[in-house]
Amino acid sequence: MTYYLVKRLAIGLLTIWGVVTAVFVVIRFAPGDQATVALGPDATVEQVEALRHSLGLDRPLLVQYFSYLGDVAALDFGESYRYGRPAMQAVLERFPATVTLTLTATVIALIAGLLLGVLAGQRPGSLLDRAVSTFTLGLQAVPPFWVGIMFILVFALQFRMLPSAGGGSPAHLVLPAVTLSIPFTALVARISRSGIAEAMGEAYVQTARSKGLTERSVLSGHVLKNSLIPVVTVVGLQLGNLLGGAVVIETVFAWPGLGSLLVSAVGNRDFAVVQAATVLIALCVIVLNLTADIVNAKLDPRIRLEAPR
Amino acid sequence: MTEKPLSTVAASGSPASGAGAAPAPGAPLLQVEDLEVVLSTGSVTGRVIDGVSFGVGAGRTTGLIGESGSGKTMSAMSIVRLLPDGAETSGRIVWRSQNLLDAPRRRIREVRGREIGVIFQDPLAALNPIQPIGKQVGEILRRGGMARQDVHARVLELLGRAGIPDPEQRVDVYPHELSGGLRQRVMIAMALAGEPQLIIADEPTTALDVTTQARILRLLADLRHQEGLAMLLVSHDLRVMAHVADEVVVMYAGRVAERGPAREVLERPRHPYTRALANNVPAVSTKTAIAEPLQGAPANPFDRPSGCAFHPRCPLAVERCRTEKPELREVEPGRFSACHRATEVAP
Repeated sequence: MTYYLVKRLAIGLLTIWGVVTAVFVVIRFAPGDQATVALGPDATVEQVEALRHSLGLDRPLLVQYFSYLGDVAALDFGESYRYGRPAMQAVLERFPATVTLTLTATVIALIAGLLLGVLAGQRPGSLLDRAVSTFTLGLQAVPPFWVGIMFILVFALQFRMLPSAGGGSPAHLVLPAVTLSIPFTALVARISRSGIAEAMGEAYVQTARSKGLTERSVLSGHVLKNSLIPVVTVVGLQLGNLLGGAVVIETVFAWPGLGSLLVSAVGNRDFAVVQAATVLIALCVIVLNLTADIVNAKLDPRIRLEAPR
Repeated sequence: MTEKPLSTVAASGSPASGAGAAPAPGAPLLQVEDLEVVLSTGSVTGRVIDGVSFGVGAGRTTGLIGESGSGKTMSAMSIVRLLPDGAETSGRIVWRSQNLLDAPRRRIREVRGREIGVIFQDPLAALNPIQPIGKQVGEILRRGGMARQDVHARVLELLGRAGIPDPEQRVDVYPHELSGGLRQRVMIAMALAGEPQLIIADEPTTALDVTTQARILRLLADLRHQEGLAMLLVSHDLRVMAHVADEVVVMYAGRVAERGPAREVLERPRHPYTRALANNVPAVSTKTAIAEPLQGAPANPFDRPSGCAFHPRCPLAVERCRTEKPELREVEPGRFSACHRATEVAP
């Protein structure tokens, strides 16, 4: 277990380094830098050059890269020129709103997805199974940003039931969380459906029936937990994607989270904020994946978190 | 050996005995009469079990024997209604003077585990991989409302009775941490937990190596003698049958080919199929030992040959065998054979 954790930690650090490098490269190859964006289209070439010099952007890229890497290693993500304070501070301020949004979406997706998965997987090939599978395929196919806009049109503009944008109250959370959960619900439903359908055909389910258990007991005692393992793996992996999806959905609903901050930071070429935000998201993904593995090892005694000798 | 085997069900196709009547002393504990199972898988529909009748006497062991696909497992599992989806059953399965085939689900659940226990073929697959074995053995007791403390003590006792050394150390291990033989002992302990009167053992030794097979067979024989358990043993292995069974039912393509006292049937077959099986038991039993030396492939129960299903492979086949289905008839006292030329079958 200890060896495993150390190994995973080392891989995690390597991943962070990769993310930092990728973001550094991509953002610097994008046209325009923060000097031109900050000064606007009317600035003279001299003014831009002066600002670039003071920001250190005129140094060779490799020098910038290594000095930046050194800073990140010291947990210094630099100043946001836009907000005039440490970038990580600005990012962390927005972080709770994103966590609230993604966690709510995850809970919705798990409840709805598992429910659909159990309904469909209990009797593979039945009418109910096919109906649920078609429905979840539809859920997976619609683009979330479009669903978000439709929700705003229907529930906010037409019926005026829920606020269309902003944050601060549970009512504000409903539309973005449901929107964000839709593709995830479909995914959980499909994975748990196949897991349950597979488990239903296992010999040990027959054994459970031979002990005179009711179908409900068979399902709760011998099917559900056994089919959860792929679900946990997928949830762990997809929570990272969910953070990515949150970037889009937060923008649609003007949700004051990390995603909308990241989008505006990219637009402003606020390198420090972009880098701080991506590192934080990468860190979340790494921790979530590790958690999923540990949960699975707890669920299935055959999974060993040990290195083979 | 001397018990009169089931003359009431001799004429297959005529479910005779009165429903609800108390079983006479010495009468069979379980009686399967004219069982038919129609199975639909996708586009194919077939009568995979076609008029099968047999019985198990109290404290006795009946063996169902035949090649893969002969319907022996399906016949056994239909008793506790553990058949695949899409299987339709008819006939009568009389257990304690009640026909289980039209019993309500609730009654079937009572029978399962508490009156009839089941031991499955592959214990690794048949045990839940993510539950400690003790929990699985004790499940039926817990569901029955036994107190936690009592369940624990009883599980240890059951594991011990099934011949598992150091039950205290093993009660919390998972199936994959045990050897094949110990896993099968766990299955046996689990089948015993509900204190059934009958155990259905579906190829209980097939997944095991030869030495372990012998030990498990000895355990089953011991349990039978100590506890007076009746057993329905499903096996393709004639040596297992000769060792354990009192009566045998030889099945071919979903029908009974021959039925009678085990030793007599295996030593002096009255059906060419039984003779072919008996002559082909090699010195060392392997899984495929009986299937290979027989000429031709086993008949497909979905597409059974006309007349006697065995005729394409039968050395004694005559024209009549192709056209007329032989009924199971008493060819000598206590011996039943579904062969037109039963009396001509030489050992």
